[in-house]
Amino acid sequence: MPPRIAIYKFASCDGCQMQLLDAIGRARPQLGDLAAHLEIEHFLEARSRIGAGPYDVGFVEGSVSTPDDVERLEEIRRQCRFLVTIGACATAGGIQALRNWAHIDDFVAAVYAAPSFIESLATSTPIADHVAVDFELRGCPIDPGQLAQVISAFVVGRRPRLPGYAVCVECKAQGTVCVAVAKGIACLGPVTQAGCGAICPAHDRECFGCYGPDQSPNLVSLTGFYERHGASRESLGRLVQSFNAWAPEFRTEHDRLAASDGAPPT
Amino acid sequence: MSRVRKLSVKSLTRVEGEGGLCVRVADGTVEIAEFNIYEPPRFFEKLVVGREVREVPDIVARICGICPVAYQMSACQALEQALGIETTPAIAALRRILYCGEWIQSHSLHVHLLDAPDFLGCESGFSMPPERAPFLERGLRMKQIGSRLIEVLGGRAVHPINVTVGGFYKSPPAAEVQALLPDLEWGIAAAEALVAEVACFEFPDFRQPHEYVAVRADDEYPMNHGRVVAMTVAGRRMLDIPVADYERHFRERQVPHSTALHSLIEPDGRAYLCGPLARMATSRDLLPPRARRAADASGIDWPSGNPFQAIVARAIELVAAFEEAARIAGDYAAPLAVPRIEYAAKAGEACHATEAPRGLLYHRYRIGDDGLIAAAAIVPPTSQNQARIEADLKAYLPTVLDRDDADATRRCEHLIRTYDPCISCATHFLRIER
Repeated sequence: MPPRIAIYKFASCDGCQMQLLDAIGRARPQLGDLAAHLEIEHFLEARSRIGAGPYDVGFVEGSVSTPDDVERLEEIRRQCRFLVTIGACATAGGIQALRNWAHIDDFVAAVYAAPSFIESLATSTPIADHVAVDFELRGCPIDPGQLAQVISAFVVGRRPRLPGYAVCVECKAQGTVCVAVAKGIACLGPVTQAGCGAICPAHDRECFGCYGPDQSPNLVSLTGFYERHGASRESLGRLVQSFNAWAPEFRTEHDRLAASDGAPPT
Repeated sequence: MSRVRKLSVKSLTRVEGEGGLCVRVADGTVEIAEFNIYEPPRFFEKLVVGREVREVPDIVARICGICPVAYQMSACQALEQALGIETTPAIAALRRILYCGEWIQSHSLHVHLLDAPDFLGCESGFSMPPERAPFLERGLRMKQIGSRLIEVLGGRAVHPINVTVGGFYKSPPAAEVQALLPDLEWGIAAAEALVAEVACFEFPDFRQPHEYVAVRADDEYPMNHGRVVAMTVAGRRMLDIPVADYERHFRERQVPHSTALHSLIEPDGRAYLCGPLARMATSRDLLPPRARRAADASGIDWPSGNPFQAIVARAIELVAAFEEAARIAGDYAAPLAVPRIEYAAKAGEACHATEAPRGLLYHRYRIGDDGLIAAAAIVPPTSQNQARIEADLKAYLPTVLDRDDADATRRCEHLIRTYDPCISCATHFLRIER
């Protein structure tokens, strides 16, 4: 029996589902003819037929941001033997997690004339805050090659092995000149998990943390270095507060930088 | 005793994002015809406030994983005007070829995987009959070329990282751009064949009194710049305004059954349609030559008032996008000496509109004295189309009521898909002036 997979969406942009579709559609070398060995049973954006659960692997894009989401997610967990989150929204709450620092009513009123129609939670949170997750695939968006590795790992029944090291390693492997050292650009490469192929430094710009914190990030040391070289605390605070803002290490560093005395929050 | 019929779809399939359909017919009279959008909002207009100008293109890209380039293009050009900087024709050409990549990948996805299955009587691209395999394979290859084009110009296919206010971080190597040429040339011919094929699909006899709204430029089929033009299906020009006047002529309205705002033309609150049919109505004369010939040969009397024929308009725009991309790639002999114009952040306000694959995408930003974003307004195509989609649905229903519930519902779903609604885009905005 081919593995039966299901794809679900919560608050997100669809970009990770696009990457998934691309990985399947392109039959990339990494995926080989794997696509032919999968049964896609639940993928609302791509097909109308919905196969009955339970499923072998469920992929979840998006963050939890409404009261209904929590209920729906619990049912999904019951239906899927393995549950894999895809992307920064599902894994860390996404850019919409910026609301976690604000008062949600301000957000709703800023956008909608009649806020009472809008049901929205005060927070945008990762899937793993609500149900058990078997694997988290990082990235904003995810990389189709890494996705193919995750799918093949689950198909053959082993744990996926993806790098936990920093983007810096990819820059060095490619021979990209360090933008932080050579150009004085505040870059998150030293604390961000690899996987994107270090594309930003290769385009003469900073890494802005799409893949979230790496396995042992030292943010205090890094932002201290940039501060000594002229970056403002405010701009560094913004740098760590983007697509993975709610990831614990980035969140803690943002709050430390925002605190007036610069001490770690208690 | 009155006979009440309800058709509803909780979760529409083969559309981008989460939406539903709700219809109520009593004694043959359509009482409710709603296209529900319940996807949770993400409040982007608020998320960009307090951010640096250079961060905006990266943030707004995340509104939509299918058309991130559109958001980057509208944002960059609005912010450049607010900052008072001008880019170069060479930067404009690179932006146009990047935008072509997005049109190609978005249109080929919609035509082959989302829309065509309805015409071919199957539930998805995964279950197309074997004789349609070449059709599907050709479509996937087109999509792949579009993605590759975005990768070469933007650094990656989804959420490009090479786009910035003032231009590009890095001008792509000429060899990489030139290497795309054979695929782009193949794409022109492939898209021409596609036009001929989809023009032969069986379209319901359903012509509506659409009013079309699109950006129109003097010199090219619209993508990155132009005036905002409104035109009836009969060819009567209703509006021709600079983008700066957009908010004086268009109004957004909140409705209970949607987390996306509905947009209407003032003063009389007219529903309108953006996207490929609108561009074909307002800028058909500016199509590049082979796309123009494909449009003429399609046998459709443009502008079509038939939403089901949008698939043909998309196929024609695929020809145009491949043609334009090939032309620009052929002219790109060396990386730009100045890939971006430097600027100093300063206070200012400006707006800009570009043509996303799904239609007009309007952005306005105010930069504060501290150089950070003080306010933003974003109007995506799908929220502009929503009122017109519901009006069409209401008009279409009587033609399918003699069918059983399942068949009638399926036909209504098909109608909704023809507009290529991007629900993820539509819900993430909205604003109130304070």
